Amino acid sequence: MTSDLITSLYVFMLAAFVGFEVIRRVSPLLHTPLMSLTNALDAIAVVGAIVLAGEHKSTLATVLGTIAIVAATSNLVGGFLITDRMLRMFKSSRPKK
Amino acid sequence: MPAHFITDQAIEVIYLVSTALFVLSLKWLSSPATSRHGVWAGELGMLLAIAGTLMYRGIVDYTWVLIALVLGSIIGVPLGLVQMTAVPQRTALSHAFGALCVSLVGTAEYYLRTPHVPRFMMAVLSMEVILGSLTFTGSLMAAGKLQEILPQRPITYKGQNLVNISLLAVALAVAVYLVLNPGETRLFPLIIAIPLVFGVFMIIPIGGADMPTVISLLNSYAGLSAAAMGFVLDSKLLIIAGALDGSSGFILSVIMSKAMNRSFTNVLFGAFGQVQAAAAGAVEARTVRTATAEEAAAIIGAANSVVIVPGYGMAVAQAQHKVREFYDALTKRGVDVKFAIHPVAGRMPGHMNVLLAEADIPYDKLLDMDAINPEFPQTDVALVIGANDVTNPAARKDSGSPIYGMPILDVDKARTIMVIKRSLSPGFAGIDNELYYLDKTLMLFGDARAFVGDLVRQLGGEGHG
Repeated sequence: MTSDLITSLYVFMLAAFVGFEVIRRVSPLLHTPLMSLTNALDAIAVVGAIVLAGEHKSTLATVLGTIAIVAATSNLVGGFLITDRMLRMFKSSRPKK
Repeated sequence: MPAHFITDQAIEVIYLVSTALFVLSLKWLSSPATSRHGVWAGELGMLLAIAGTLMYRGIVDYTWVLIALVLGSIIGVPLGLVQMTAVPQRTALSHAFGALCVSLVGTAEYYLRTPHVPRFMMAVLSMEVILGSLTFTGSLMAAGKLQEILPQRPITYKGQNLVNISLLAVALAVAVYLVLNPGETRLFPLIIAIPLVFGVFMIIPIGGADMPTVISLLNSYAGLSAAAMGFVLDSKLLIIAGALDGSSGFILSVIMSKAMNRSFTNVLFGAFGQVQAAAAGAVEARTVRTATAEEAAAIIGAANSVVIVPGYGMAVAQAQHKVREFYDALTKRGVDVKFAIHPVAGRMPGHMNVLLAEADIPYDKLLDMDAINPEFPQTDVALVIGANDVTNPAARKDSGSPIYGMPILDVDKARTIMVIKRSLSPGFAGIDNELYYLDKTLMLFGDARAFVGDLVRQLGGEGHG
């Protein structure tokens, strides 16, 4: 259990560094879509909620898991949708290719 | 149903692929040319992860899962179709939903596992629930303020910081006790309830102008709480997604607070409210030069280069599309037109760019502060529309000013400055803007949308481009 934990901490640390480097390169032009995209990606928490609601270990877990799926799914669908809508609007004045 | 169950290892491999797609998704977002691929990569990663999870053999009943997935999608679609001016409150709301999901899962996990919760597990579980709960109510409050359901002005009272810090301290103390005694189920509701209250109190003293920083900070919290959930569920996918979201929110908060010349603590403990009250009284009568649309258009028409400085006032007046016509009229005449975008123009990071892109202004004409500032001395006309504090030269010169040290757009270095404004009323920070009293500044009093419309007519650009 402790070695799992240490691995998880390593994963977290490396992901934070990667996130830092990747996101630093995002143009300020796209900071709003960045936030809505990371928000949509964050909705991956839905996988935890699905397991909770589907395993039926207790009534409480099923109820909370179900509400959690609704919350995360609305973020996921809405987040991707609005991000794409915003990005479609960004056009260059120079002709393409 | 059990026919399509796959092994746990196969699911882990699917998660691994999803993780790679998530990182690529953010990488492709770095430039507008590849950014839409980023969305597709994210969507594919998400689809794979959900499909893989649905095939997990531990799932015995799909009824509620499927109902919830459908219901969530039905709620999500209208949230994805809001107007561009409403994106900040939509974003705040989605932070709230994300945090809600995380706290609910954390709560359910605690009651499933208690009393056999190892100490470290209990610590991350507490963090997950505390961060999730305070982000939930905090984001709802922020969304309410942005939607103007709640008053935008900061509400402060004596001893406010003491109350807030005490609340947080009590919640943390309970969490520590639970780490030592994970079986004390009666105490667990406290680490949900106290942070819920704290989230509300945390946002009460924060004013409308600070929303870009606050949204970014809440974004960071939402990400960190999701990462904590990843530790609890031992899901590397979730840890990584949470860490990416957390670092993104953190970077944006740093950029925003730098642009506002504030520290995190300063934003969170709402010192600006007091400055506002103190400085508002000191308005002295000074003379400004004014011009009509006709006079202004004559000067602009003779210019070679024009820089437009939009602020949120432009969006409030719904003037984006008139500004686009103005841009077209000038471009047709061969005038070089650029837009100077301050990091805090708008209600959230990058908001102004989205509003201008929606009005079909090409993104390569939208320049951020560092790119445009060296160009002001060679600019014939700088036209300020609905921006105020971010153009105030006092931030550079006057060490006594409350905004001293704040990075600003060097509008005062342009050859001629024009400011479209309703009146001489001060901005968010409640301080007078020196820019308006310069000899080379012309004040164009009027509604932004109507005035830009007049300019377009004078420049002969009527008839839409």
